[in-house]
Amino acid sequence: MNLFEQTWAWFADPLQWSGYSSIPTRLGEHVFYTLLTVVIASAIALPIGAFVGHTGRGRVVVVALAGALRAVPTLGLLVLFVLLAGIGLMPPIWALVILTVPPILAGTYSGIAAVAPVVVDAARAQGMRELQILFGVELPNAAPVIFGGIRAAVLQVIATATVVAYTNLGGLGRYIFDGLALSDYPQMLGGSVLVAVLAVVADLILGVLLRRLGPRSASKRKIPAPEALKEGMP
Amino acid sequence: MTEAMIEFREVSKVYGGATAVDRLSLTVPRGQITVFVGPSGCGKTTSLRMVNRMVEPSSGTIIVDGQDVSTLPAAKLRRSMGYVMQAAGLMPHRTVVDNIATVPRLNGVSRRSARARARELLDVVGLPQALASRYPAQLSGGQQQRVGVARALAADPPVLLMDEPFSAVDPVVRHELQQELLRLQRELGKTIVFVTHDIDEAVLLGERIAVFGVGGRLAQVAGPEEILRAPADDFVAGFVGRDRGFRHLGFYDDSGLAVEGAETLPKSALPNARPAEWTVVVDDGGRPAGWASPKEPGTLVSGGSLHRAGASLRTALDAALSSPSGRGVVIDDDGRFLGTVGATAVIAQADRRRAEAQRERAGSQGTARAGAETMAGGGT
Repeated sequence: MNLFEQTWAWFADPLQWSGYSSIPTRLGEHVFYTLLTVVIASAIALPIGAFVGHTGRGRVVVVALAGALRAVPTLGLLVLFVLLAGIGLMPPIWALVILTVPPILAGTYSGIAAVAPVVVDAARAQGMRELQILFGVELPNAAPVIFGGIRAAVLQVIATATVVAYTNLGGLGRYIFDGLALSDYPQMLGGSVLVAVLAVVADLILGVLLRRLGPRSASKRKIPAPEALKEGMP
Repeated sequence: MTEAMIEFREVSKVYGGATAVDRLSLTVPRGQITVFVGPSGCGKTTSLRMVNRMVEPSSGTIIVDGQDVSTLPAAKLRRSMGYVMQAAGLMPHRTVVDNIATVPRLNGVSRRSARARARELLDVVGLPQALASRYPAQLSGGQQQRVGVARALAADPPVLLMDEPFSAVDPVVRHELQQELLRLQRELGKTIVFVTHDIDEAVLLGERIAVFGVGGRLAQVAGPEEILRAPADDFVAGFVGRDRGFRHLGFYDDSGLAVEGAETLPKSALPNARPAEWTVVVDDGGRPAGWASPKEPGTLVSGGSLHRAGASLRTALDAALSSPSGRGVVIDDDGRFLGTVGATAVIAQADRRRAEAQRERAGSQGTARAGAETMAGGGT
């Protein structure tokens, strides 16, 4: 049997489909870690991004910080957090959060900064207060870009969350690390395939959501000819 | 002089070292259109934006309806004034009705009645109800500007601030919007401050015109006729431009101008006609359709502009000069052919009217003014 047939056999084994370390359980864990990470990262990144985008203050700091955070090696950060805070659910999750904040922050900040200044100026001149401008004008118009950032962040977390299995946690990374430890390559490949499939499915779902949330005006632009004024003889 | 609605008292605005507005003192009368006109960078927009505190003055006081604006909360002050800008600045994610309903909604009016009011305003600014649920990106530039005007009117504010509202649309639509604004103003009687860099627009719309000079200096405030006839200094004379003599004809109506009746040719008879001289061709409703030429029998030659009886000598002269036959076509209010008029007759009438006006001014205002006019009249 070659590797692919062995992997198929691994998938087909009924043991993989029920019990404590079955595929559904690991998948559930993986999705849970992903959601937890994205929710915490959004709770941090959205307000900061909104503040920076609206006021234009702290732009340089945020851009520099986001870039620096992206460069941090995931596994190193994970180990550091576990060494400092001990094993448990949250230390690895915080490590993932730190890597997830930059794309959401960048999306929020750039989405708001990209709203036409004339629209914001007009809103202010009509008598909107700053928070009304932020929630009523800037966030709705920045929504596609912000959700784009969250979509990128979700995919990144799905891929990266495999490393939390390096500590005591579960998720699909379990198969990869266990397979590596046992030289059980069909299990490793099976875990990798599951991560890839999860990422593709999540991306498709988010893509559909994004189209639903997007501005209805942008998709169907029909500009009717203005009624021409007729002066003078034909 | 009518009562002041907006008053600038020694208002200056300095950005860094540059003075945008230099000790501006000016009153804007209630219920009139006051135009701020001047070249780029003369502080006219800055002055406008200081009225609703979109820009805070460096020094001086602005009084609106008896209250110092700096003592009012900015958001509340802005809701009490309509604001129309060059790029309509509509919210792209909201429909036309919801854009128009912005200020009433901010004032706590229910969504239902704010939308009902917005639909009324579509009629007021001449937009079809079918556009109500469209998004701004689905409208033409002229339609967007109309929505911008409707939004400014939604809360029925006594003051409208308009910052070059028509300069981004094509000339045909601009003309249409200018006429609409004049019609609206006849009905509504708002206090309007209108910023433009176009002296033609200023003369057309303004009951009072404030000419701003470079460095934020107020060069002259007067009625449009006086601005064209008697510019206060070389700057104003230069800005008003070399066509001001011609434009000034716009202030004389055509009373006393002799319109000559003329033979007309029905459009149906055109193919067989052999006119001995240029003849106006009219359609079934008696409206001019063009000219029949003696040289090319049977073809319809496009006409020039039309002069509507009762309009100014400026349109009469333009009709005569733009006509292929050299004779301007005069029509009545329903667009029917009345007669023709020649350029020399218009100019002769302009001379008579000018002489009359000078005599009247000399009689009522003494000789000092007449002297100033002669000097200023020497400009281009």
